[in-house]
Amino acid sequence: MKSDTIINKSHNDCHPHLLVKEVLSSASGGNKVVLAGNPNVGKSLFFNYLSGMYVDVSNFPGTTISITKGTYKDYEIFDTPGVYGVSSFNDEEKVARDIILSGDIVLNVVNALHLERDLFLTMQLIEMGKKVTVFLNFSDEVKKRKLKIDTKRLSELLGVEVIETSAVTRSGFDKLEYAIQNAREGNQSPELHHLLHNTLNRVGTQAEALIILEGDEIIAEKHGIEPGTADQREAIYINRRNTVNEIVSEVEFEDSRKGEFFNKLGRLSVNPVTGLPILAFVLVLVYFFIGDFISQRVVKYTETTLGKGEFEYHVKSFVGKFTPVDIKVDFQDDNGNTVSTKDFSFPQGLNNDIQKASEFKRVSAPHGTSTSFEFKNPFVKLFFGEFGIITMTITYLLFLLLPLVAAFYFVMALLEDSGYLPRLATMLDRSLNKLGLNGRAVIPLILGFGCVTMATITTRLLGTEREKTIVTAILQFVIPCSAQLAVIAVLMSMAGAVPFTIYVVTILTVLIVLSTLLNRFLPGESSPLLIDLPSMKLPRLDNIFKKMFYRTYGFMKEASFWFFVGALGVGIMELTGLLTVWQNILEPFTTLWLKLPKEAANAFVMGMVRRDFGAAGLFHLTLSPMQITVAITTITLFVPCIASFVIMLKERGWKQGLIIWSGTWVFAFLIGGIISQIFI
Amino acid sequence: MNNTLDKAKKGTYITVRSLPQGLLKVQLIRLGITEGSKVYCLERLPGGTVVLQKSRQEIAIGYDLAKKITIEN
Repeated sequence: MKSDTIINKSHNDCHPHLLVKEVLSSASGGNKVVLAGNPNVGKSLFFNYLSGMYVDVSNFPGTTISITKGTYKDYEIFDTPGVYGVSSFNDEEKVARDIILSGDIVLNVVNALHLERDLFLTMQLIEMGKKVTVFLNFSDEVKKRKLKIDTKRLSELLGVEVIETSAVTRSGFDKLEYAIQNAREGNQSPELHHLLHNTLNRVGTQAEALIILEGDEIIAEKHGIEPGTADQREAIYINRRNTVNEIVSEVEFEDSRKGEFFNKLGRLSVNPVTGLPILAFVLVLVYFFIGDFISQRVVKYTETTLGKGEFEYHVKSFVGKFTPVDIKVDFQDDNGNTVSTKDFSFPQGLNNDIQKASEFKRVSAPHGTSTSFEFKNPFVKLFFGEFGIITMTITYLLFLLLPLVAAFYFVMALLEDSGYLPRLATMLDRSLNKLGLNGRAVIPLILGFGCVTMATITTRLLGTEREKTIVTAILQFVIPCSAQLAVIAVLMSMAGAVPFTIYVVTILTVLIVLSTLLNRFLPGESSPLLIDLPSMKLPRLDNIFKKMFYRTYGFMKEASFWFFVGALGVGIMELTGLLTVWQNILEPFTTLWLKLPKEAANAFVMGMVRRDFGAAGLFHLTLSPMQITVAITTITLFVPCIASFVIMLKERGWKQGLIIWSGTWVFAFLIGGIISQIFI
Repeated sequence: MNNTLDKAKKGTYITVRSLPQGLLKVQLIRLGITEGSKVYCLERLPGGTVVLQKSRQEIAIGYDLAKKITIEN
């Protein structure tokens, strides 16, 4: 079994197609089987079954753009993103279009509960002249709902095989091979052939001729001819729609709509009156799971015990064998307060002073000790020191970020597969309109509270560049990531209610002002909300875990490298003294303008490495409640961590990325300063 | 009586009169909403976001799009 997964980057229009073509061209002729269907039809489960491999199954239209290839007997099986039709309205459709055009056989998975919607794609595939077999999925659901579909008649009307299946119970899956072997061209209207005639003579394949006539510019350009006009496309679409409606009215019977619990819940979560309490309830659950369980308990264990206590300790003591190092061992009581310390010095490394080394090992081994290493060689420090590229970055990635990102993807998958997320997007649509966004932007915004880097990547699912820019700016300016939130929460609890209110009001004001300004001055228009709301249901846990696993893996694969690059950048700044210069520049701003101790400048600069370092650096300072407010506000608005900065440059380009980045510096100090001038 | 979709009344059947031109129109057609089709207004949120139901399918339409769709009650 072999497989390739390609995740496309929507910010760059040309690359996805190159990648798709590379994969497609590797397939041998005559037995390319393409699975196609609308979003949420259970298509990926067919792919799993055929190729024995898992694919990201997505319930929120547009969360992933990936194609996956597997093999089944002599056939090569291609999965496609869920689409409502073959065209190029967005990146997913472009990817799906290319795969379908190159396929020999199309297995079309149809949701039997949504025939009217799904058969539109089916008819288009048939009109493209593809060899098609239709899987009528969710057949078990149809029976439950006292709905009847005349499969035989549907098969006659379409002119292709129609097989009833249930992807969940795997019923009908035994006919998959039969389906591939019996795929054939379906009934096409003579009018369509007449319409296609001229174009067909010039392009050669009926599929491409149809797509060109429907106005696809990319395929038309490939053949050097003019694409069809908007009117032509509309005529074809309306005709197809009417054909589908006629077919549905002939094959579908009786629809007793029962007031099911889930349908009701779906409606309640869309309407703000009931939806806001539901949202509050969901958020409380999410808080207990992520805010309390994962970030307090799990991450504390993984980061402190596993990351620092085991991984870093062993790596550093190993490196210390060969290079000069000073070591400090802190003995702590149960509350983590240092009771006493013991210092060791190894001017020639641990290996040259075996006796002292074993003394160190004995002292530092028990629980309740915390060991810090001070390497003398600057290059060793660069890689293994406190902010070492290897030690710090690996601890950060594996022991802090990994559990958090996985937890966030887990929650998102739950919300997505239950059908709640699109309803939340609908409920918040109008509010987000005011920020120049539509409801779908809720996904990257929520993810931002987990990890801004992860959220910045997710902006790809938004409809226009304009929306991507607005969301990226909001993420970089005002959304505190989970690492930062934890520290902010602790500091705020020390400061009290009034500072907390000032903080929240300030951040919200910045959010509103920032997005209103962007909305007003960015050219173009944001796309309106137009989404299909899949039925609410209990999500399948195995699916949730698989989704979490694949997305977490995808994120770590894509982002990890940039965390190392970021650490290297800061490491070099430290080595060359640039970091100190930077701190010196910020110092007057910090002491005079923000009225904070000069050590706070250090915290701000460290905030570039990791946002939470910035906030954590403030723990050691003695601050008045108002000083805490100023510091926290500045830190929140301040530049995000270096990894999210690099990812932003990748996603939004150099120019825009740098403007946003410099903007965060200016805004953070400006607004922090204003608060300080008023309240301190 | 002609009206735009953002003013549709919750819980009523409406007939779609005209759709805005362009890409959004074809997207709507694909989802089963055509000029002349009869749909049920499942929900109309404050601000004008509308949820339509066509057979068993629910479609959410933002205010900016809804106000460009004319309907007949």
